[in-house]
Amino acid sequence: MNKYKVDVVVIGSGAAGLASAVEAKKAELSVLIIERDHELGGITLQCIHNGFGLKEFEEELTGPEYIQRFINEVKELKIPYLLDTMVFEINKDKYLYAVNKQEGLIEVEAKAIILAMGCRERTRGAINIPGFRPSGIYTAGQAQRFVNIEGYLPGNTFVILGSGDIGMIMARRLTWEGCKVKAVVEILPYVSGLLRNQVQCLEDYEIPLITNYTVTKIHGRDRIKGVTISKVDRNFDRIVGSEKFIECDTLLLSVGLIPENELTLQAGVELSKNGGPVVDNNLETSVEGIFACGNVLQVHDLVDLVTAEAKRTGKVAAEYVKSRYDKEIKARETIKLVSGDNVNYVKPDLINKNDLSNDIIFTFRVSYPDRRVLIQFKDEENSIIYKRKKIYVIPSEMVELSINLEKQGIKPDCKTITVEVIPRPEVLIEED
Amino acid sequence: MIFDVIVIGGGVIGCCIARTLSKYDLNICLIEKEADIANGTTKGNSGVVHAGYGAPREHTRRQFCIKGNKLYTQAVEELNFPFQRIGSFVVAVEDNQIKFLEEERKRGIEDGIPGLELILDKERIKYMEPNLTNDVIGVLHAPTAGIVSPYEMTFALAENAVINGVKFFLNAKVKKITHQDYLFKLKTKAGEFQGRNVINAAGLYAAKISKMVGLDYFELMPRKGEYILFDRNAMHLNKVLFPIPTKVSKGILVCPTIHGNTFVGPNAQNITDKKDISTTEAGLKEIIEGGRQLVPNLPLRASIKNFAGLRAVPDTYDFVIDNTDVYGFINVAGILSPGLTSCYAIAERVEEYLELIGVELKTKDDYNPIRPKPERFKDFSKEQLDGKIKEDPAWARIICRCEMIPEKEIVDAIHNPVGAKTVDGIKFRCRPGMGRCGGGFCRPRVIEILSRELGITYQEVTKRGEDTYFLIGKTKDIQLRNIEEGVKE
Amino acid sequence: MLELSTIKIIRCIVCPTGCEIKAKKGANEKVTFEGYTCERGLEYAQQEFYEPKRILTTTMRIENGLLPLIPVRTDKAILKEKLKDVLVEIAKMKLKAPIKMGDILIENILGLGANIIASRDLIKLD
Ligand SMILES: Cc1cc2nc3c(=O)[nH]c(=O)nc-3n(C[C@H](O)[C@H](O)[C@H](O)COP(=O)(O)OP(=O)(O)OC[C@H]3O[C@@H](n4cnc5c(N)ncnc54)[C@H](O)[C@@H]3O)c2cc1C
Ligand SMILES: Cc1cc2nc3c(=O)[nH]c(=O)nc-3n(C[C@H](O)[C@H](O)[C@H](O)COP(=O)(O)OP(=O)(O)OC[C@H]3O[C@@H](n4cnc5c(N)ncnc54)[C@H](O)[C@@H]3O)c2cc1C
Ligand code: SF4
Repeated sequence: MNKYKVDVVVIGSGAAGLASAVEAKKAELSVLIIERDHELGGITLQCIHNGFGLKEFEEELTGPEYIQRFINEVKELKIPYLLDTMVFEINKDKYLYAVNKQEGLIEVEAKAIILAMGCRERTRGAINIPGFRPSGIYTAGQAQRFVNIEGYLPGNTFVILGSGDIGMIMARRLTWEGCKVKAVVEILPYVSGLLRNQVQCLEDYEIPLITNYTVTKIHGRDRIKGVTISKVDRNFDRIVGSEKFIECDTLLLSVGLIPENELTLQAGVELSKNGGPVVDNNLETSVEGIFACGNVLQVHDLVDLVTAEAKRTGKVAAEYVKSRYDKEIKARETIKLVSGDNVNYVKPDLINKNDLSNDIIFTFRVSYPDRRVLIQFKDEENSIIYKRKKIYVIPSEMVELSINLEKQGIKPDCKTITVEVIPRPEVLIEED
Repeated sequence: MIFDVIVIGGGVIGCCIARTLSKYDLNICLIEKEADIANGTTKGNSGVVHAGYGAPREHTRRQFCIKGNKLYTQAVEELNFPFQRIGSFVVAVEDNQIKFLEEERKRGIEDGIPGLELILDKERIKYMEPNLTNDVIGVLHAPTAGIVSPYEMTFALAENAVINGVKFFLNAKVKKITHQDYLFKLKTKAGEFQGRNVINAAGLYAAKISKMVGLDYFELMPRKGEYILFDRNAMHLNKVLFPIPTKVSKGILVCPTIHGNTFVGPNAQNITDKKDISTTEAGLKEIIEGGRQLVPNLPLRASIKNFAGLRAVPDTYDFVIDNTDVYGFINVAGILSPGLTSCYAIAERVEEYLELIGVELKTKDDYNPIRPKPERFKDFSKEQLDGKIKEDPAWARIICRCEMIPEKEIVDAIHNPVGAKTVDGIKFRCRPGMGRCGGGFCRPRVIEILSRELGITYQEVTKRGEDTYFLIGKTKDIQLRNIEEGVKE
Repeated sequence: MLELSTIKIIRCIVCPTGCEIKAKKGANEKVTFEGYTCERGLEYAQQEFYEPKRILTTTMRIENGLLPLIPVRTDKAILKEKLKDVLVEIAKMKLKAPIKMGDILIENILGLGANIIASRDLIKLD
């Protein structure tokens, strides 16, 4: 058994893993990155389209270009990394176990662990489409990997379920490879990805976008031969009689992402409603010394925000190693965050009362789109701690706010904060 | 070559018969129409080893089941497949149902089912199975009921049969049978086979096979049962949970699998198309509603797949296991539920029939009843794992993260005595793709390994044979073809 | 008053407001734009109307590389109507590893004034 002893071990080498490792290294700690794939970079390597880096570098880059910059930095800083190495266990004493072909079983003893394992895609099972179980059904990310990395085409004619950015980008990608995309089908009444992708990935190629519809049956016993799509009502129930058949030999599912949580659970870390770990404002999980960032914490739509979050994590993990590790620490007194009206989830889940004087970054997603809204933070007595107007909110765009709660006059004995997104009162009046 | 025995059908029944006969000095082969065994009803059922109280007394199924259940103990010892006697509950939620349970218990005890107990202490019931509905007022507990992985057991049976000399022929659909002078000639998609005795274990198609030798005395109706499978972390059940049965079926159950998942199902839908293993919206709704009667908080958000299986229902509603008028032709048909439970008892009956018609059953000296337990990453201690990786680094490349399956287990599944040739074949043998990501992560890697080990291209790798290909060509192929053909819009 | 007819509807993608901008033509053949909220929107609409351009991101086949393909892009936006031809040109090519990010793989493709460049490093397979 090979043993490593480091200050910080980072699991995953995507945008989150690399940026957090770089920060921890810059704080002069020993760092080890562990990646299960055969190269550094994570999911961005297969996102060969442009649209990355506008915030981080003020430049529009492709996924590989964006991540290459971080890979180069990791190499310049000589941060050690293990490839083709799968972490499969984190035990209570924060020992971590991994395997690879060269070294066999690996044990890592670390003062801090950063979880950066990314996310996984929801599959057909998760949405329970009835019908046969033929071949030719892929998640969009899987198809992306085949086409862009492994070099294979999964089919000739496609239907794509889900109008998120990944689905729309794949529609264009496949069209460019000579495939025919028959339709992008969306259960919601609106596109869930960016308008830019709707215009440049679908409209440019006259790919029909069918909203308020979903796939209700899969045809074909061997290879998929087509799908039945049906219109849905407000409760997403199928409207009888609205069925349409679309012939295709491949169905791509782009129906959502969920944080990868196998290891997180295994480490004894508490999960929250969004499927990622419960974290405090230092991105520390319920297990002391284990931190999380990137898609493993919450699914991000912009890699730039992943990078920013990961840098913070690298810093706080370093601080932890330097000041708190192995010391008696008094129980943390915390304020709990609660999702109110039209808030799907909010991160962090907890705030340390000691940090109230700092700027804290909050991120959340709404449940449904709305315009001219008011974002409010309220305490348990319904007094408003913070409010802010916003022109629009949509579920596919994460909202990020930086707030100093002490300056906002939060009560010292506050126990919970409810975050809500409500229509602006003046709007209601306007419309009267 | 003239076989002493030809078994038609590579489901659990055919494989169990082949393996049981493999201890004798006989030339045996098994013929299966699909690209892999265990591809029919055997892969789409509840995987419950019933205690035996369910079937009516006038049916032979009842005795086969009670006996079959007991035979599992020895079979597991020899074949090392995943099986556990966790016990079952039949759940009463209304006063008048208690009487039925009491009667069921009495009949069961008389017929030799061990340990049947009527439990009316609600607290104890809830302690034994906390997920059960609060409406429960009593349960019939059958401690000998168990759960099994039906396909893994079938693979174990087949592997052991092969080790003991049985030949397996896949992709060999039987199309025509002629018989003359005590010799059967089977025309199949993979050529002709000749044998002295034929055992018809063709599942849904057994009536068709029977008619090929002129025996037209039963019909089989397909009856569909649909399921929803849940993620392993979603819910933990201690017991197999049955509602009070209806006239036609045991009802919709909520049940753990041997691998720690849970499922709800099946319903019972009479259909006409024997290939229709599709799930339906109405069916899925029905089983959800049914399941909620037992477990109100079904973890629907954690469903990982839905699927269906077809029962081969004979017009008599009972097994059709006959030493027929055609000398040497044995029907093992209409094996509806509890066929899986009964298979060892059914195989013994076939043995008896063969003896009866004068086939000499002499045990071989070198018969080896043991099929060793496949080595699993999950079962190793850290030290063992370290040693294993030094022996073979393929233990260290994890292909499926949900189930923690390394490359080694997949390579072994391909090269075992009845090796996997398809992605589903691998999935059912060692589970990559069974987890919550539904193959999202592992599929490309499984395709890569199959292509390498079988020496075929990526495009030739299929899900389960024939037209179930995954990939149509390489990136740029369509464009290059267009260029060649001078197509330019 | 001049009767204007809408000849194209352009949805502005510059900011999330997503204004619907109408290109209208009057009797004098002069095109005017309506519906934008800011100057950036007008600029975008004019570009989209007269000379729509796109960045192309695709892959190119590679021999003896760690991967069989390398992701590539145009280093500038190119005319939308030329995308297809450029894709065909790229499909025909097959290069050898190693390649560095930013390497020019095809210069001035089809005379459009843009180069095809590599989006990542790709090492040789040994
Ligand atoms: C298909 C897709 C398209 C996108 N398109 C855009 C876009 O156009 N613009 C944009 O700004 N953003 C986009 N994003 C979002 C953004 O790129 C991602 O959110 C971001 O890259 C995620 O980074 P990450 O490090 O959290 O995860 P990942 O990049 O997924 O990295 C996780 C890494 O962890 C490794 N890992 C996981 N488990 C283990 C383990 N047990 N042991 C060892 N290693 C492990 C994985 O192999 C992987 O390399 C896209 C995301 C996806 C999924
Ligand atoms: C929904 C459902 C739930 C059930 N639950 C349980 C349970 O919990 N417990 C229990 O004990 N039992 C249960 N059963 C019953 C059990 O699954 C069956 O009894 C058992 O699987 C039957 O196996 P078999 O080998 O007869 O059929 P199959 O598995 O269908 O095998 C027949 C084989 O014959 C092959 N074949 C057909 N025609 C030809 C041909 N012409 N040439 C060559 N090969 C051919 C087929 O391809 C197939 O592989 C259930 C059944 C269903 C449908
Ligand atoms: S015109 Fe201006 S305000 Fe309207 S969408 Fe374009 S950039 Fe936004």
